[in-house]
Amino acid sequence: MIEVRNLSKNFTLHNQGGTVLPVMVGGHLDVAAGECVGLIGQSGSGKSTMMRMVYGNYLAAGGSIRIGDVDVVTALPRDIVALRRHTLGYVSQFLRVLPRVPTIDVVAEPLLVLGTPVDAARAKAAALLERLNIPQRLWALSPTTFSGGEQQRVNIARGFAHDYPALLLDEPTASLDAVNREVVLSLIEEAKARGAAILGIFHDEPARERVCDRLVDVTSFTPGLSA
Amino acid sequence: MVMMERQLSAQAAAPLLSVQGLSRYYGARIGCKDVSFDLYPGEVMGIVGESGSGKSTLLSCLAGHQRPDAGGLSYNGVDVLALSEAERRRLLRSDWAYVHQNPRDGLRMGVSAGGNVGERLMAVGARHYGQIRDTATDWLGRVEIAAERIDDRPSAFSGGMQQRLQIARNLVTAPKLVFMDEPTGGLDVSVQARLLDLLRGLVRDLGLSVVIVTHDLAVVRLLADRLMVMKSGHVVEAGLTDQVLDDPQHAYTQLLVSSVLQV
Amino acid sequence: MTDQAYNFAYLDEQTKRMLRRALLKALAVPGYQVPFASREMPMPYGWGTGGVQVTAACLTPVDRLKVIDQGADDTTNAVSIRRFFQRTSGVAVTEATAEATIIQTRHRIPEQPLSEGQILVYQVPIPEPLRFLEPRETETRKMHELEEYGLMHVKLYEDIARHGEVSTAYAYPVKVEGRYVMDPSPIPKFDNPKLNDSPAIQLFGAGRECRIYALPPFTKVVSLDFDDHPFQASKAEHNCDLCGCGTSYLDEVITDDQGSRMFVCSDTDFCATRQAEGHRGRLSPEAA
Repeated sequence: MIEVRNLSKNFTLHNQGGTVLPVMVGGHLDVAAGECVGLIGQSGSGKSTMMRMVYGNYLAAGGSIRIGDVDVVTALPRDIVALRRHTLGYVSQFLRVLPRVPTIDVVAEPLLVLGTPVDAARAKAAALLERLNIPQRLWALSPTTFSGGEQQRVNIARGFAHDYPALLLDEPTASLDAVNREVVLSLIEEAKARGAAILGIFHDEPARERVCDRLVDVTSFTPGLSA
Repeated sequence: MVMMERQLSAQAAAPLLSVQGLSRYYGARIGCKDVSFDLYPGEVMGIVGESGSGKSTLLSCLAGHQRPDAGGLSYNGVDVLALSEAERRRLLRSDWAYVHQNPRDGLRMGVSAGGNVGERLMAVGARHYGQIRDTATDWLGRVEIAAERIDDRPSAFSGGMQQRLQIARNLVTAPKLVFMDEPTGGLDVSVQARLLDLLRGLVRDLGLSVVIVTHDLAVVRLLADRLMVMKSGHVVEAGLTDQVLDDPQHAYTQLLVSSVLQV
Repeated sequence: MTDQAYNFAYLDEQTKRMLRRALLKALAVPGYQVPFASREMPMPYGWGTGGVQVTAACLTPVDRLKVIDQGADDTTNAVSIRRFFQRTSGVAVTEATAEATIIQTRHRIPEQPLSEGQILVYQVPIPEPLRFLEPRETETRKMHELEEYGLMHVKLYEDIARHGEVSTAYAYPVKVEGRYVMDPSPIPKFDNPKLNDSPAIQLFGAGRECRIYALPPFTKVVSLDFDDHPFQASKAEHNCDLCGCGTSYLDEVITDDQGSRMFVCSDTDFCATRQAEGHRGRLSPEAA
């Protein structure tokens, strides 16, 4: 489902004398449907960079990233927008939403953009929020005022609202208590069971061992760090 | 659902608005130069840049307020620049809409809210008072203006309400393409958020294509699928909005992004 | 009593030629406002300088002229314009609608139906029906050119929204031959139906604004309205207190300080003719 070949990435810092920083060469990985692959490597080795490139958030310098029949590296913006709507979900570490929008609508939005009727989308959102132990009295409030852990759970609910065929998870269990961590891990297992291809970063080692089928060490793609 | 998606992707095969090499000069000075892009149905494109970067010139050329000195502009396969003025103005009041930064420029201040919303309907031939009023009431509700304000003049409205009224007035004829010039420009931050949320919902529900000009990067991040960065009349960078903002390639974009004050 | 110091009908022949060219163009494009080089007339703007110039351009020595103001032949404006043309052209004058070949009017169309060969000249203060909604002349001309008349209905919409009905009672906008929207001058909307399909030539002159427009005989003139608020030619719900007529347009006259009032035909010739025929109203001398 996700197929990364010979991926490379540079950062050019125009405002610092045009310094060019090569941060990845020869990036290579595969994630099959129903499989969860974990990215490992020391801090700064490029795990997040890899995730961001797969999501289209960072521009690759070369190589290819195939998700289904789309090559993210060469795709037009509208193809990436469509890919993100239908195929590729992303749970980041940070919640970025409009102020004032109720939590339930934040979670339902991925379904609404796909044309799901409002009632059905809200029902799905409500079920996820309930499962993730967000008290119902908070649903009508904007998540911008929530605690870090609550925001993280809202973010996860939003990421799992639509059954994406491919899913990117950036530290989904960070800052969660044991009960909610268990909920998130079972959500990941359910997604795998329905055939989702999952690429994730897990610093939580027991979680990584429980859900990941394989691990890829990005250090081997990092200039200066690879053996 | 599957049917709908298929229709959408069939439509998406052809651009709604196609711009090739558009240039506009003010004497020897460049307004905007050699701008090209395709806008597809349902896409929201942001144009950012500082004052004088040419973004407003470009918008007014696209919206037919100014004639470009060179280049091509086609809408749904029709050469817009070759249209007669009558045809162009018909397009402007049916298929297209333009949301001004200052609602006073886009509203008739001496006409009631209902009359403001109803004008475009009457302009395209609506002649049933009751239906016009029902539609206007419905649209006031969609932009969160209470129905009992329908006979009040916009001069009695707050800035945020005026802007929402302007949006209702523009969208009532179900246009396909909306141009917006700093739509959140003169508003308080709290009012901005509400308006952005409203716009996002309308864009999603109506499948609008939008070209939005702003200097506010937060606005484009929340509204736009794509971004064009302009400097001195030229497009220096274009791409997926979050990619351009998070991984800017051009020196100017890097400067622009790094200049935003963090809250 | 022609005053020999003036050319026939006051204006010089070149000016009348210019006016006639404008009139012919206006007749050829019904409802379209033709610009013309309006002259200073020996009367103030607002007293019918446009109508007077049009009348002057149409008058011939064999014409018989009638001048009315609000339907009356005997008010100051009517009398002074009638005398003006008597003095400068020496044409015959009349108060009888049927006998006149040219009728200059301010704010009314005579009750007596007009016939072929007659010319009705309207005095127009503001020729542009879109003026109060769109003050820019460049823009209103463009709107006429492109038939963008949605705004006209906005005005009617505002009326209904505010008053429950179209409260515009005079200068009620019309559409001419399905093309131009036209201000019929401040005639009561009661008179609007008489604009339509009239056998007479109808000419409109706006002196201050330098515009002439026209309706050739048998022109289709439709009052603008909404499907669910159709146009209604309204009048006071009374009969004339002098001639008893129930179908003519009435003026309300306050007769004392106690609030007594009477309703009389605004068309004085029509009322007098009916009284001469023996019709009587509530306050007729014999009835009182």
